[in-house]
Amino acid sequence: MKPWFIGLAGALFGAGITVSGMANPAKVQNFLDVAGSWDPSLALVMGAALLVVTPGFFFVFKMSAPKYAEAFALPTRKDIDWKLLLGALLFGIGWALSGLCPAPALVATLTGVSGFFIFLLAMVAGMILYRFIFES
Amino acid sequence: MVVETAFTPVTAIIGGAMIGLAALVLMWSVGRIAGISGIVAGAILEAEDERNWRLLFLAGLFVGALIASVITGALDDVSSIASTPVLIMAGLLVGIGTRMGGGCTSGHGVCGISRFSQRSIVATAVFMASGAATVFVIRHLFGEGV
Repeated sequence: MKPWFIGLAGALFGAGITVSGMANPAKVQNFLDVAGSWDPSLALVMGAALLVVTPGFFFVFKMSAPKYAEAFALPTRKDIDWKLLLGALLFGIGWALSGLCPAPALVATLTGVSGFFIFLLAMVAGMILYRFIFES
Repeated sequence: MVVETAFTPVTAIIGGAMIGLAALVLMWSVGRIAGISGIVAGAILEAEDERNWRLLFLAGLFVGALIASVITGALDDVSSIASTPVLIMAGLLVGIGTRMGGGCTSGHGVCGISRFSQRSIVATAVFMASGAATVFVIRHLFGEGV
């Protein structure tokens, strides 16, 4: 059953991004345009997700371990370091310029529009660059 | 390029709840955080045992998105709003930024905040602010976006 639940989680995620309209970069960029053509939809997407996950996690974490793994794999760091701040800052700029973050970028490639593939290739290149330049 | 979009509260809430449910299923079943930047990076860069569940999740993501788009037509009018050079720069920034900052809208914005992680709350505030500032610059100082 384990692989089915992983696949189901992926499918729900992909369907959720699609249904929510977040795979449309115009909606995302308009969410960030508070002073202009503001589209608050993204706030409701995040709000609805948080309303499900916050109580849901509360009950899941009462389990001693996940159903099909030995332990929960959770980040343990608590410090706010410059990498967290600079990374989030750079991500926000790229997100705003393109209207794309990782999950919507994956979903948007289903349209076949070449720009989404270009973005995705550059994103993966950035991840690989970071690994080999900053983490080695 | 500025493309106006309508506020779509109903589909936003339904889609958001599905994303939340997805994160919940992944945590309940295998104890993993549904952070897409980390899953993509790990699917490419990790060793085989750490790579496989990520590839499975991503395969599911495409299948779910495909089914939902066929049923709802939600991807019918979707197109890119930026030029090729801007998309390349933005992609590099998102790739480097999410790795350096340890997450994106899903990992920090949904999973982290719901665990009351201070790092995630700070990261989300920073990328929302830098995103809004960037859009302000390209749309209201430079004009019609990029």
